[in-house]
Amino acid sequence: MTDAAPATPSNAPAPKAQPHVKDNAIIRFENITKRFGKVVAVDNVNLEIREGEFFALLGPSGCGKTTLLRMLAGFETPSEGRVLIDGKDVAPLPPNKRPVNMVFQSYAVFPHMKVADNVGYGLKMDGVDGGETKRRVEEALDLVKLGGFGDRMPDQLSGGQRQRVALARALVKRPRVLLLDEPLSALDAKLRDQMRSELTSLQEKVGITFIMVTHDQDEALAIATRCAVMNRGLLTQVATPSDLYEFPNSRFVADFVGSVNMFEGVLDKDEQDHAIVRAPELAAPVYLDHGVTGAKGSTVWVALRPEKIEMHKRAEGQAAMKMEDAPEGANVVPGIIRDIVYLGSETIFEVELDGGRRVKTFRSNLTRYDQEDFTWDEPVWLAWHACSPAVLLS
Amino acid sequence: MNTAARARERKEKPGPLEYMRQWPLRVTVIATLVFLYLPLITLMVFSFNDSRRNIVWQGFTFKYYEKAFNNASLMEAFGNSLTIAFVCTILSVILGALTAVMLWRFRFPGKTVVEGGMALPIVVPEICMGVAMLVFFARVMPWPQGMPWPFNLGAIIIAHTSFAFPFVATVVRARLASFNRELEEAAKDLGASEWRTFWDVLVPHMQPGLIAGALLAFTLSLDDFVITFFTAGPDTITFPVKVYSMLRFSVTPEVNAASTVLIVLTVALTAIGLHLQNRNEQKAKA
Repeated sequence: MTDAAPATPSNAPAPKAQPHVKDNAIIRFENITKRFGKVVAVDNVNLEIREGEFFALLGPSGCGKTTLLRMLAGFETPSEGRVLIDGKDVAPLPPNKRPVNMVFQSYAVFPHMKVADNVGYGLKMDGVDGGETKRRVEEALDLVKLGGFGDRMPDQLSGGQRQRVALARALVKRPRVLLLDEPLSALDAKLRDQMRSELTSLQEKVGITFIMVTHDQDEALAIATRCAVMNRGLLTQVATPSDLYEFPNSRFVADFVGSVNMFEGVLDKDEQDHAIVRAPELAAPVYLDHGVTGAKGSTVWVALRPEKIEMHKRAEGQAAMKMEDAPEGANVVPGIIRDIVYLGSETIFEVELDGGRRVKTFRSNLTRYDQEDFTWDEPVWLAWHACSPAVLLS
Repeated sequence: MNTAARARERKEKPGPLEYMRQWPLRVTVIATLVFLYLPLITLMVFSFNDSRRNIVWQGFTFKYYEKAFNNASLMEAFGNSLTIAFVCTILSVILGALTAVMLWRFRFPGKTVVEGGMALPIVVPEICMGVAMLVFFARVMPWPQGMPWPFNLGAIIIAHTSFAFPFVATVVRARLASFNRELEEAAKDLGASEWRTFWDVLVPHMQPGLIAGALLAFTLSLDDFVITFFTAGPDTITFPVKVYSMLRFSVTPEVNAASTVLIVLTVALTAIGLHLQNRNEQKAKA
């Protein structure tokens, strides 16, 4: 790792107090490997999830995140390794005996049962008596804001409501861990935003450990207290959302989480308080206000988030501007605006550098008029602070 | 809508996809209906014909219905047919549903062979099936003669089930293709055993297929002539075989009357089955 230790707080707000998160590991994957024939879906994963966390397994499709979740639920058995829930190996337990419940991607609401029967199904299987079942079903439906929907049939419900039924059905059994498989992927954009915050507040209210699988990095960053990024069966990084975004540990994470401009370069200088990377695609050296732990002369990658690049007007023949926290000539490169994408809340500019490399940068539309009035084919300076780039060794 | 608007609508040319408003399709539909149902209607009408020869319309009478109902051997054949069809339907639905679930659920060596073999009774000509059954019950597994009713019908029931259950299996299998496996996993996740999952999730999903399959099996068994003809013993006769033997003497309105009863019965049963199925679907929607 290079600059992973955030000595000073990052952009993210100070972590919210989470009294429901405890120190004990409720789930532990120990050297879990899963093979389907010759395909290795999950490759030697070690992971601990603490009680009360809202944990996200994040990765592109086919990275093994769903397989990991299904091994927890008992629908897949690991080829190697152990899965422990509350410190107990769950290998001998079939799905119907495990203290976890799942919200399926398709919600899997039983179409021939009323909402109340759907929610009460798990309790019926547990042999809970009728009165108790009725009370708990009502409680669970109220919890997901579906009070009074008990007599409806599933096909009278909207997609969002069906998902709430699936949530209530899993929560009513008071599981130790709730598993969510791509919970928001089938909802439309507005509803998705709403469900995000509802899921978070629901989790805080019930205090149950939630584990969510998602391929949507926005979703993971918005909801989870901690995320694990997976790629081709391997666990790449486990961190809080802000650390994942600001301090990625590899090119894969930097690229997968959020948008990034990546430059290959050579580590030219590495001191205690600063470092310099020279990237052929950048006209100026990259100056960093902290040391990195690479060998001098080794190949590294500089990851620059678009929103961390400033854009200034440039007149032809003008001397390069200077960034206040970098030496003369560093962290400033000339370019020409080639493309502008207006998104309403912000505008994306694609700037072509001298060597032909295109760099992306965002600008928030702070007022209704664009004071600086950037336009196509306009020469600009791109500049960034010495603390902004992330240096990656792999 | 006022009359002027209605008239305007009638004058409007049919759209390119409104086939039902264009004459070629209308003619085809009408011709099809005529060829399908005119013979049946004729048969029904002539069951009320007051004439022994039953060639020219002589007058209206219920006489031949009375005669048919008083014909003890005809009624026995009728009862046999209904019993056979009923038992065969139950056996076919159970066997067919289990076969469908097996083929849908599991992968095993020789699965394609089993699948192909299952379709065999559907594609093999009935006459071959009949002869095969005859040989089977004559040589391999003779059904004991002189058993009390309804056990004397055993051979026919076995024969009927063997050609009816593949139809059930095919229908149910098609239905299972649309099953969402996550429903099954959800049931197990909520604590249901394999057995409970089967009854609570899979069977309700298969239900329309089971009803359709049951109707198929019932009608197939009820009107089967060829295979029954080869497997029926001397003391067991079914309705189609009886009608055939009556025809050999003369075509009296009695045959028409008996056939009409059979048609009405089949149509009624189908209607009830469809109604049950629709009600279930509406209940799911309501």
